[in-house]
Amino acid sequence: MNGTTGKNKTRNNLLTAVSVVLFVVFLSWAPGNLNGYTIRILNLIAINAILGLSLNLIYGMTGMFSLGHAGFMAIGAYVSALLILSPQQKELMWILEPIAPWLLNLKAPFTALAEKGGPLFGWLAFLQVPFLSSLFLAGLVASLFGLLIALPVLRLGGDYLGIATLGFSEIIRIMITNMTPITNGSLGLKGLPSYAGLWTNYGCLAAVLICMTRLMRSNFGNVLRAVRDDEIAAKTMGIDTFRARVLAFTLGCFGGGLGGALMGNLITTIDPKMFMITQTYSLLMIVVVGGLGSITGSIVGAVLVTTMLEWLRFVENPVSIGAFQIPGIPGMRMVIFSLLLIIVIIFRREGIMGMREFTWDWFFRNSSAQAEPQSKGGEAQ
Amino acid sequence: MTNAPAHILTLNDVTLRFGGLVAVNGLSLSIEKGSIAGLIGPNGAGKTSVFNVITGFYMPSSGHVDFRSEDGGIIRITGLPPHKVCKAGLARTFQNIRLFTNETVLQNVMVGSYVRQKSRWWMSLMPGLFRGAEREELEIRERSMRLLNRLGLEAYANAPASSLPYGAQRRLEIARALATEPQFLLLDEPAAGMNPQESAELLGFIRELRSDFDLTILLIEHDMKVVMGVCERIWVMDQGALIASGTPEEIRENPRVIEAYLGKDAVNA
Amino acid sequence: MSLNMFVQHFINALGLGSLYGLIAIGYTMVYGILRLINFAHGDIFMLGAYFVFFATIQYKLPWALGVIIAVIGATMCGLLVDRTAYRPLRSAPRISALISAIGVSFFIQNLSVVVFSGIPRPVVQPPMLMKAIPIGGIRLIPLGLMVPVISFLLVSGLLWIVYKTKPGLAMRSISHDIETTRLMGVSVDRIIALTFALGSALAAVAGILWALRYPRVEPFMGILPGLKAFIAAVFGGIGSIPGAMIGGLSLGFVEIMSIAFFPHLSGYKDAFAFVLLIVILLVRPSGLMGEKQEEKI
Repeated sequence: MNGTTGKNKTRNNLLTAVSVVLFVVFLSWAPGNLNGYTIRILNLIAINAILGLSLNLIYGMTGMFSLGHAGFMAIGAYVSALLILSPQQKELMWILEPIAPWLLNLKAPFTALAEKGGPLFGWLAFLQVPFLSSLFLAGLVASLFGLLIALPVLRLGGDYLGIATLGFSEIIRIMITNMTPITNGSLGLKGLPSYAGLWTNYGCLAAVLICMTRLMRSNFGNVLRAVRDDEIAAKTMGIDTFRARVLAFTLGCFGGGLGGALMGNLITTIDPKMFMITQTYSLLMIVVVGGLGSITGSIVGAVLVTTMLEWLRFVENPVSIGAFQIPGIPGMRMVIFSLLLIIVIIFRREGIMGMREFTWDWFFRNSSAQAEPQSKGGEAQ
Repeated sequence: MTNAPAHILTLNDVTLRFGGLVAVNGLSLSIEKGSIAGLIGPNGAGKTSVFNVITGFYMPSSGHVDFRSEDGGIIRITGLPPHKVCKAGLARTFQNIRLFTNETVLQNVMVGSYVRQKSRWWMSLMPGLFRGAEREELEIRERSMRLLNRLGLEAYANAPASSLPYGAQRRLEIARALATEPQFLLLDEPAAGMNPQESAELLGFIRELRSDFDLTILLIEHDMKVVMGVCERIWVMDQGALIASGTPEEIRENPRVIEAYLGKDAVNA
Repeated sequence: MSLNMFVQHFINALGLGSLYGLIAIGYTMVYGILRLINFAHGDIFMLGAYFVFFATIQYKLPWALGVIIAVIGATMCGLLVDRTAYRPLRSAPRISALISAIGVSFFIQNLSVVVFSGIPRPVVQPPMLMKAIPIGGIRLIPLGLMVPVISFLLVSGLLWIVYKTKPGLAMRSISHDIETTRLMGVSVDRIIALTFALGSALAAVAGILWALRYPRVEPFMGILPGLKAFIAAVFGGIGSIPGAMIGGLSLGFVEIMSIAFFPHLSGYKDAFAFVLLIVILLVRPSGLMGEKQEEKI
């Protein structure tokens, strides 16, 4: 049946469980023992992993070349920020034009619902934790926009899809810059309360990871890969490829919105310039370097790209103004960064992992009776 | 042409135009349920275009295609998108093999089962919550392995589809098509690239497919030994139009057919 | 709106549209033969502007010389991009070349930040070009008229090359079927290089004119015009040189005239191009003058 025998599967599950426990211990130990800078990098890795995984779902797994992920990050970031900023902060920040009245106090409807609901609506209690619900809503709104965009645009293929999604991302950014009553325009939002620590970020990453692994291992995952590999054959086999692509795109946008919200929370300030095409470059790098179509690859890519970007700060004489604002930074960092992307794509376009997934079997290959032909796609252990 | 109850697929005066070019010209044919039929003709006769019309990739400029589904009702499949045509019960293979190259052999076949799968995609996300869905996934895996077994591919189950030898790739395409549980199977040049021994084995293979899976089979083929050996009825096309139809014996003797393939002089030879 | 204002807007639109068209031609030619969106093209445009800035302002060379240097320099950069980032990927899946293009674009922009510094530099506009000339009650500046005229001349020259010379024939042949053209003994790599050279030269001129018109250069100035020019090329029909010009002019007019008649939309100026893109992709993906591309089943 599976590539691994029953006994090996138990061994693998045990190893995975042990690793998870070790990581949880690490997360508990970290805040007290690592300096703030390292913690920030760890957080950034988790967020980039979420963003990379969601882009990989769209591009690596389903084959849709989307250059618009930054736009959905922006939507998620703004939705989340608007939800967690207090009315006082909002009144202070909207100096060019007053904030749209309905946005002033967004917590009110939630608390009202939970209070009136009583025991019947006990489940609404989770809405009383505004931050977590703001994350969920950030993803939700982003995925709704994704759905809206997907419907007209996903009929296009390849290059055109890339340009169209890029276009939408830019439209979103321009709209954010202009709709000052809602978004405070180009001034952006500052002083966001920072609720998301290591636990939230890695918790979200774990959730995304679990969902994506299960999805890609299921038959629907096979379907998405089929749509990527040969859309005509997939259609012939009874698959509504358009519906499958819209679904994958929407789910990916949820992850994009979630990542954007977490990113905004980490940096505590957001403005439209953060979500330019340069942001998409970074995500593309993560996904390509890690390996298109590999879940492990996106995580590896996130670790590599994040640490490398940070490490490169020491290569130039840094004047760091936030993590992703390019104008103002001397620029050598990005020169090397972009050079690496070109080198990877020319000399090893499948990235580090290709389409393979990590499996504990790799460490035990010598002791197993035969080497299984490497199974591609979705057999993550 | 009468639509006698035994006919499963009927083309009625189907014409397909690409701008000024007429790829299919007023084609009518009717295929008996349970039969093995052949569609032959010189290159460029329009055979694959007919397949593409039937499977919903091209919309004919005029005419229609009717299909008798499992419950006996007749569906007009012209104008249906390809995935709905498959859902109705028709599956096909391709002249240039179209496998899902970055998936394993097993995954290729499992994709075929998706069209009949009852559980939804989101049920797999939550561990333990939807037992029925988990069971169905396992069943699909088992069923797919059985299909691979039946077609001699079980050794390749976890190998990437692109790594298969050519003959195995062709069998994989058929296995994948069978996974969609069709009543009607369209085979586009199944004997392409086969040596004489393989194509001889193909005859028995196609007959077994028909009886084991309760299929009606229509094949496009250039290898006359295969066509004459396995088809019960043959339609001959030339330049988009039907020029002859009948049993293998009738077709063999038909002067128009000989002329189409070999030119006027061959008729008198 | 007074006649004077309208004519000025019209000339502006003509000028902006011509510039978009000049850039769009490079995109459409490269896409026509390689099926590649040359993301770095907008940065060649930027380099043209920077080279002329350095030549004339930094090194105080006469304008004519500066222009020549800038065009040659930018063209060489365009050729270099093809040679190093696209040629190795000729037989790779198209997406790889696309990603490489994105990477190169990013690289050029950031290298420019390092080399030229990221501070926007002002360009001195020659007063002769900017002096308003009254013509029958309407005031026009020479530069405004120069841009469309120069563009027209250049495009005519290009069309002559493409349709009346052998290399041009080879270019058209490659855009139909690259393998067969190779089999006919044409040095495909050379013709591709020629295509890049022609496109880059036009983009360089556009960069120079742009720098004169909107007198500021900065390393990322090519992103938005480049993107819009590509959209213009798609609108006009990717692969068609007249289509690229028509697309560019259309976009120029849409941008300028919309703001002229609806000034409160000026913040959304950049969004028009993308809206145009979505519309054309939905209604007629092959563009105004393009050919439909069918996949063989």
